[in-house]
Amino acid sequence: MKKYTNTGSKDTRSGFGDGLTELGKNNPNVVALCADLTGSLKMGDFQKNHPERFFQVGIAEANMMGIAAGMTIGGKIPFTGTFANFSTGRVYDQIRQSIAYSDKNVKICASHAGLTLGEDGATHQILEDIGLMKMLPGMTVINTCDYNQTKAATIAIAEHHGPVYLRFGRPKVANFTPEDQKFEIGKAVLLNEGKDVTIIATGHLVWEALQAAEELEEKGISAEVINIHTIKPLDEAAILASIGKTGCVVTAEEHNFLGGLGESVARTLVQNHPAPQEFVATMDTFGESGTPEQLMEKYGLNAAAIVKASEKVIKRK
Amino acid sequence: MPNTQQLEDFVSQVRRDIVRQVHKVNSGHPGGSLGCAEFISVLYQEMMDRKEGFDMDGNGEDLFFLSNGHISPVFYSVLARSGYFPIEELNTFRLINSRLQGHPTTHEGLPGVRIASGSLGQGLSVAIGAANTKKINGDKHLVYSLHGDGELQEGQNWEAIMYAAAKKVDNLIATVDRNHQQIDGCTDDVLPMGDITAKFEAFGWDVLEIKDGNNISEVIKGLEEAKSRTGKGKPVAVIMTTVMGHGVDFMMHTHKWHGVAPNDEQLEKALAQNPETLGDY
Ligand SMILES: Cc1ncc(C[n+]2csc(CCOP(=O)(O)OP(=O)(O)O)c2C)c(N)n1
Ligand SMILES: [Mg+2]
Repeated sequence: MKKYTNTGSKDTRSGFGDGLTELGKNNPNVVALCADLTGSLKMGDFQKNHPERFFQVGIAEANMMGIAAGMTIGGKIPFTGTFANFSTGRVYDQIRQSIAYSDKNVKICASHAGLTLGEDGATHQILEDIGLMKMLPGMTVINTCDYNQTKAATIAIAEHHGPVYLRFGRPKVANFTPEDQKFEIGKAVLLNEGKDVTIIATGHLVWEALQAAEELEEKGISAEVINIHTIKPLDEAAILASIGKTGCVVTAEEHNFLGGLGESVARTLVQNHPAPQEFVATMDTFGESGTPEQLMEKYGLNAAAIVKASEKVIKRK
Repeated sequence: MPNTQQLEDFVSQVRRDIVRQVHKVNSGHPGGSLGCAEFISVLYQEMMDRKEGFDMDGNGEDLFFLSNGHISPVFYSVLARSGYFPIEELNTFRLINSRLQGHPTTHEGLPGVRIASGSLGQGLSVAIGAANTKKINGDKHLVYSLHGDGELQEGQNWEAIMYAAAKKVDNLIATVDRNHQQIDGCTDDVLPMGDITAKFEAFGWDVLEIKDGNNISEVIKGLEEAKSRTGKGKPVAVIMTTVMGHGVDFMMHTHKWHGVAPNDEQLEKALAQNPETLGDY
């Protein structure tokens, strides 16, 4: 199997911050807004380098979304930054009416998504945001897997016209995708070819999927691994091609199994090519406090869970 | 006047509990917690008319809602030391499988907590709702709430502030922790809020100020005064000036300790400044 190495663990939010720093240098239309979480979102450099293009709105996310929508009128490209929970659920109708329905070029950048936010607990750990965002007509939904990919995605979405939800996280995780990658919105990344099962993962679960594929290989199971960084629009062709070959699929995401990537894949399958599927996701539950590793273990979101799901789904073929 | 020495001792122990909880898991919010130690202690030990034990409805007793849920360390300490759950449970703060979640929740059934908070700006509406229910039930008891000053930047507060005055929710005492700090810095640098007292007054509230919310006698006096103003057709707001990080010299007057845990050495220093009075957990 193809070998991936961690070139040094980094947080995906720093990928966002560093991507934004580059955008600041290269694209004068990019403006940034933050709701009292500048440090957490790693927006400090942009703020320092471009105070005239940085807008601290205070603890007022709904207002931030409205201001961002307004700033697109006249040609700015606003990037909003706050935690995923406060980027979505907190401000859903503001996004729905002023951004999505009005087709405004706002980039909603959301850190601390999912369980890996850790000790702050369930009030801050949104596991429903992919679902909320993908249901909005016209919204592009991206969940990146490591530092390099988050940085590349941050830069790429500035070039894409239309509302985007960019989801990333808090903890340091393996950095294994190429530094010089070209980020193509809506294009799946085939990480490993295999023939017995397809593992489709997004976000922090992509690295876990690669670890799972190595373990499966030792057990004589050949797993194809696909990184779906863009959940909407979904690269259905890539998914169908792979499952046409392997005949079964495991989806893996740091999100509720209701409304997440898994459901989008399942819908693709039932419409085109029904096949057995297992879900590695949270099972309609809120999170809780704990360290990221403890929580991913308890809620079954790691390589071991992907291995188990793969063995199960192969039996169902 | 109640025995303030006893309260001083209580608060000293609460401060120890705060820094010890946060230190153990290397996460949580000591700054705002320390600044509100006097207020929450006085509330539970002195002001509130509380029943034995805990039930969700809280009929026939005063209620308290913590809207700025990130200051859970002070809330948990005061709840435990007021008899709501075993003091040893403070050991489980922010750990997996614990009832003491990073932000207070009802989900794990921790006695003393009636609503989840943590996502800021929602607690005043909840407190108003509970106050409405007390009126419907003919329950003469009061509803107290606490809010961060930065938290007031959330628009929902101002919907609630407008409602409470319009609907004469006069069995409610909402206190604002005016420490002039929030995550990204001083409130005046992040988003200046102007004269908060004048704003509440303009919305039709009866407003009083506690100039030193870290002085126990002043907190008692202020809350007694607030209590005396309930039942007169207006909701009552208390704008309480505090010092973030109060009682631990190197944590005071800065937003830097909003959400950072002390290391081992800093913990020792913090504990040395706050004597053990009621026994560490
Ligand atoms: C809706 C929402 N937005 C952002 C946050 C992140 N956050 C937690 S505490 C805080 C600052 C709160 O300031 P303040 O109310 O003054 O409390 P203090 O820092 O004084 O304790 C922020 C922005 C949050 N918890 N909820
Ligand atoms: Mg404050």
